[in-house]
Amino acid sequence: MNPITGKAHVYGDNIDTDRIIPGKYTKTLDVSQLAEHVLEDLDPEFRHRVQAGDILVAGENFGAGSSREQAPLAIKSAGISVVVARSFARIFYRNAINIGLPVVEVSDHAIENEHLVEVDLENGTVTDKDTGQTYRATQMPEVMVNILNEGGLVHYLRKYGQL
Amino acid sequence: MGQTASEKIISRHAGQTVYAGDIAIVQVDGCMATDATGPFALKAFQDMGGTKPWDAHRVALVLDHATPAPNERIANLHKLLRDFAAETGCHFYDVGAGICHQLMVENEHVRPGDIFTGADSHTPTYGAVNAFAVGMGSTDLAAVMLTGRTWLKVPQTIKIELTGELRRGISAKDIILFLVGQIGIAGATYKTVELTGEVVTTLTLASRMVLANMVAEMGAKSGLVDPTGLALWYEFEPILSDSDADFAAVHRFDVSQLRPQISIPHSPDQVVPVDEVRGQKINHAFIGSCTNARIEDLHMAAAVLKGKKLAPGVRMTVAPASKRVLDEALKDGTLAILSEAGAAFITSGCGPCVGTHQGVPGDGEVVLSSTNRNFKGRMGNPNAQIYLASPAVVAASAVTGEITDPADILEGEAWQLR
Repeated sequence: MNPITGKAHVYGDNIDTDRIIPGKYTKTLDVSQLAEHVLEDLDPEFRHRVQAGDILVAGENFGAGSSREQAPLAIKSAGISVVVARSFARIFYRNAINIGLPVVEVSDHAIENEHLVEVDLENGTVTDKDTGQTYRATQMPEVMVNILNEGGLVHYLRKYGQL
Repeated sequence: MGQTASEKIISRHAGQTVYAGDIAIVQVDGCMATDATGPFALKAFQDMGGTKPWDAHRVALVLDHATPAPNERIANLHKLLRDFAAETGCHFYDVGAGICHQLMVENEHVRPGDIFTGADSHTPTYGAVNAFAVGMGSTDLAAVMLTGRTWLKVPQTIKIELTGELRRGISAKDIILFLVGQIGIAGATYKTVELTGEVVTTLTLASRMVLANMVAEMGAKSGLVDPTGLALWYEFEPILSDSDADFAAVHRFDVSQLRPQISIPHSPDQVVPVDEVRGQKINHAFIGSCTNARIEDLHMAAAVLKGKKLAPGVRMTVAPASKRVLDEALKDGTLAILSEAGAAFITSGCGPCVGTHQGVPGDGEVVLSSTNRNFKGRMGNPNAQIYLASPAVVAASAVTGEITDPADILEGEAWQLR
C-alpha cells in the first residue's frame, strides 16, 4: 500500500457526528447527497474547499455521538483519503474501517492547517511535510487491519464469509 | 482473577474466558436497526451476498427515526425495510409502535445475560436488564445479520457506586446528567460503565434504562446497571462483577444533596445545577426520546403540570416511548392532564431529538428537552440552543416559561416523582 499524501484540513476536539453530517440529511442511500452537507454546521465552506485526496485532521474524540455510518460515508464521498485524529469515538472508528475509509490515531500530532501530510498506513507513520515532523500512529487490532486491507467489511465478508 | 460482568457475559458468548483487552469473536443473541441505519445495513447485507438473516427471529427492524414519513424519499426507505421484513420473516415495528430501545426491552428481544448489537448509539440502554449491549454502524450490523457473530475488544470497566438517598423530585436523569458532567463526553470511550450502589438497586426498570442510556454520552461502549433489586416480569439469573475483578477506575458519589441537573448548549457534558441557569427563557419544551418518555416520565411531567397551564409563548410536545406507554398514559388519565395543560402529542419516535422533523426549532430559539444530546444542530437547526433535563424540570419550566427548579413551583404540595 503506497503512502497517501494530501493537504490537511485541521479541526479541533469532540467533532460529533451531528456536525459531520446532521441527522436531517442521513435518511438516504445516495452518498453524494451526504457529501453535499458534510461538516455543514462546523464549517459550511469545507465542502467547497475540499479536493479529492485531501486529509481530514482532528483532535480528541473525533466522531462522538451517533452510530450513523453516514458520517464516515459523507467524509469519504467528499473525497477525503484518510482521517488523522488524536483519538476517535469508538463507533465512528469501526464504521470508517468497515466502509474502507482509513483512520489513523496519532495521540500527539500538531499538524497545521493546509500543510502537506503523508500517511503511511503500512508503517504506521504520519508526517507533516511542511514541518518535517513524523508521528507514530497507534497500532490497530489485527482484525481491523485485515478488514481495511480488503477495502472494508463488505469485501472482507464476500471473500471470507466469516469474521 | 475475578471478572467484571462484561467479561463474564462476553466469555459465555466467545466460548472461552476473556479479559479486558482481548479480542473476542462472539455469538450475538439479537440485533436491531432503525430507519436511520437499516437502509444502509440492508444494502451492505445484500452486497455481502446475504439473502436471509442467519436467524430471522433474532433480527428486528424498527421505524422510529423519521415517523410518520415526512417525504417520499423516506417513505421509500420505510418501504424497503417493511418489504425486507415481510420477505425474510424478521421482526418489524411499523410507524408509531415505539422507539427501538423501548421496544427491544418491552418485547424481550433482549434479555439478561445477552449480547445484543443495535445500529443505534443508545443501544447500551439494555444494560438496564443486565445485557451487554453495544451500538454499531450499519455495515457491522449487516455482518451480524449475515453471520450471527461480531468481533469485540473486551472493554475495561469503570465502576460508579452511588450512595445516599435522593431528595424528593430528583430522578435518574439528574443522576446521569451529573455523571456525564463528571466523566466527560469521552471519559469512558471503549469502556463499560457499571452503575451500582444502594441508590441504583432501589430504582425501577425505567429509571435504570435512563442511566444505561446516557453512558453513550460518556463515549462508553456499554453500560451495565447492577441487577440487584431489578424486577422484571420473568425470572432471570443476574450476572454481577466479582469483587476482585479488575476495574479501570472506581468512582463513588453520594447523591443525597444532588439538585436538579441541566446540560447546557452545545455538549451533553456541559452540566450545571439548574440554579445556575434559572430564569433562562424557553420557547419549546419537549418530553420524548429513548431517554425519558416512559410512563414514569409522563407521570413526573403530569405531577408538575396537573391543574396548570403552559406559559404564554411556550409550546410543549410529548412523544411517548412506545404505543404501550401511550395506551397506559391514556388509560390512567396522564394524557388528559398533559393535554389540559396545553401539551401537543406526536407520534412515538425519535424525530425531534435527532432533528428529522416534528419539532425543529427556529433561529435563536431555546429548547428544553428530556432527551440525551444537545450538540449544535442536533434538533435540526444549528442556530438554536438546546438544554437537557429531567421531565420534571422540563414540565416546571414549561409552566413558568423559563428554566425552573420544580421545587420552586411545587413547594408544599404533595408530589412524588419517583
